[in-house]
Amino acid sequence: MLYLDNSATTPVHPEVIKVMEDVLKKHYGNPSSLHQKGVESEKLLETSRKIVAQTLEVDKEEIVFTSGGTEGDNLAIKGIAFRYQNRGKHIITSQIEHPAVKESCRFLEQFGFSVTYLPVDKQGLIDPQMLKSSIRDDTILVSIMHVNNEVGTIQPIQDLGAILKEYPRIFFHVDGVQGYAKVPLKLKEWGIDLYTVSGHKINGPKGVGALYVRNGIALLPQMSGGGQEGGLRSGTENVPGIAGFAKACQIAREISVINWEKLSKLRKYCINMLKEKNPAVIINGPEEEHVSPYILNISIPGLRGEVLVHGLEKEEVLVSTGSACSSKKDIISPVLQAMGIDRETALGSIRVSFSYQTKEEDILIFVDKMSRVVNRLL
Amino acid sequence: MYDHILIRYGELALKGRNQMDFVRRLVKNIKQMVYQYYQESPVLEMEKGRIFLKLNGQEPQKYYEPLANVFGILSFSPVRKAELDMDQIKKAALEEFRSLPGGPKTFRTTVRRPNKRFPVKSPQAQREIGAYILKNVPNLKVDLHNPEVEVFVELRDDGAYIYTQKIYGHGGLPLGTGGKALLLLSGGIDSPVAGWLTMKRGIEIEALHFYSYPYTSERAKEKVVDLAKVLAKYCGQINVHIVPFTKIQEAISANCYESLWITIMRRFMFRIAERIARRREALALVTGESIGQVASQTLDSMYAINEVTNMPVIRPLITSDKEEIMELARKIDTYDISIRPYADCCTVFLPREPKTKPKLVLCHKEETKLKVEELVEEAVNNTETILIKADEKDEFGYF
Repeated sequence: MLYLDNSATTPVHPEVIKVMEDVLKKHYGNPSSLHQKGVESEKLLETSRKIVAQTLEVDKEEIVFTSGGTEGDNLAIKGIAFRYQNRGKHIITSQIEHPAVKESCRFLEQFGFSVTYLPVDKQGLIDPQMLKSSIRDDTILVSIMHVNNEVGTIQPIQDLGAILKEYPRIFFHVDGVQGYAKVPLKLKEWGIDLYTVSGHKINGPKGVGALYVRNGIALLPQMSGGGQEGGLRSGTENVPGIAGFAKACQIAREISVINWEKLSKLRKYCINMLKEKNPAVIINGPEEEHVSPYILNISIPGLRGEVLVHGLEKEEVLVSTGSACSSKKDIISPVLQAMGIDRETALGSIRVSFSYQTKEEDILIFVDKMSRVVNRLL
Repeated sequence: MYDHILIRYGELALKGRNQMDFVRRLVKNIKQMVYQYYQESPVLEMEKGRIFLKLNGQEPQKYYEPLANVFGILSFSPVRKAELDMDQIKKAALEEFRSLPGGPKTFRTTVRRPNKRFPVKSPQAQREIGAYILKNVPNLKVDLHNPEVEVFVELRDDGAYIYTQKIYGHGGLPLGTGGKALLLLSGGIDSPVAGWLTMKRGIEIEALHFYSYPYTSERAKEKVVDLAKVLAKYCGQINVHIVPFTKIQEAISANCYESLWITIMRRFMFRIAERIARRREALALVTGESIGQVASQTLDSMYAINEVTNMPVIRPLITSDKEEIMELARKIDTYDISIRPYADCCTVFLPREPKTKPKLVLCHKEETKLKVEELVEEAVNNTETILIKADEKDEFGYF
């Protein structure tokens, strides 16, 4: 079986499993307990925090462990909005955000916040000038994703950050779920205030992630309780998950540059081969520039994405339609719609997503099966 | 490209005949520090009043933090080396100038000529090199008194060394040149700073902690270990002796006059510390005391406490204000650990009204109620020693 749905989730790295198994067995203490077992767990928790902080090149105190991407986005957006609403109630985001961001903004609209949803071009890119002209006196937060989960577009975060540096009272949140440890990132240099990371997208466990919160920012917690995670995220810490997550972060960061180079070549190779076999294939999103080499979104005119996914599954190749989160509904993906992709192409789109394990042979197999399925169905 | 890092050791140059021993020690310490960071041994060359670290194509920046942590280093600079030829020197000087960020607008050139065989004298070389840079960089001015950048050229026997940056170390003397002392490490803000300042003067330290389990928690011990880890960053590793102190504190509080508890407790600490210091061949005790900070640190108290030992007691912070101590603690990264809110041996068994002017006679009288020698001996014998290393690898073996 060939698993090419790594943007939905990834298999857990064997070393991560080893760490988690060991922690589950040995370090079951509650980090808040006073005794030896508690102290051990607390130490492991803080060591994990340090490891994650190192991969982002930030201070240990700036890392909050969460249950994953959705919680991180919610905590960042609602946490800023409710804490700083006396400064203003305007938020800027984009039309292609993950539902965790989009729905958090929609939620805030019910509380009197107004939200600007920036449009994107055909490649899925935001125009930094558009951001600049959308800024108002009452803008308190800009939330833009690093890498789009459906088409892989990398937003010009550095340029957006440069614009926002002139507005020190506006916070800049970046949803880094698909970008972290995969595409280049300079948190501090680019002026990012909050950055969401998820464990299961980088071969870590599900149900754990982190939010980077720049020193000096006071979020309003979304969870009330015992005051864990510096009061930002109450609830007994998921120590085995967090240790496994930190291990995954460490591995992912170590191999990120090599993978970037390897997958950039493989993605290009895949596109060329697909075009060779089927000249009608459409690449949704950028072909080479401003795109994550981990994601490839394509459409075959005349075929519905869902049918292609099932056809490929019969051939033991696992991919997704547009996005796992919208694949159960017969509506076209809002992301593709925002990019101005026509309805038929959008309905036909599938997302192929790679990982550090993807090899050249896998691309060959995928292209081969793909053309077999297309020939049979068309 | 930078070829070397030039390392200056200032004060050491004054040490006469012993100088070579000091420099050799410093070289060894630099090697150990770099090894501690990167598990690699750098190539170091000693030369008249300077040490050169050969970069062999590596970026100089990676050595900045390790070098800044070596006591005895006054400052250091990444340098370019050029052959002893005016044209080569000018080119290298220009290259160095151009590598600076931010496009400086004013500069000056300063030439030193320890190699007196070099034909061009310093003032003339200075003018020529300056003129060359001026000619090749647009919108640049010479400012002899207040330049943004000073281009230094040292004409030495084996070549010309060119640099503009100067990074400051902590100064002091190389560790291991001053013998060993035993630090009383409580977990508070002062004692780690006192230890750091002592190390800075070349004295190796071991730490002693009084542990009052169950009155103080596992976390209080953890805190001490973490503090020792920070100190170990400067010396590679540090021995921490954990003295079980509960029994003594219980005996004091059960038998002695309450207002004297602290004084008597401190006298016990010094007795135990002296004994462990002798075992470890340490020649002095180090404390974080500062006059008048608490009841046990008034002159009267120190007089009454100090009576139990003949060993020198080094008190680097004795005249410092709390603010100054806190600032240093922040600088050396012990502050955040020290303010963790766990009780230590000095905060349990607190009398309601401690004496600020304890009388020696009274101490002697009160101590007759205790089996002093027995208690001390027992505490010393049950002392546990942990070796704390600086390397930050996690102890779980996961990462």
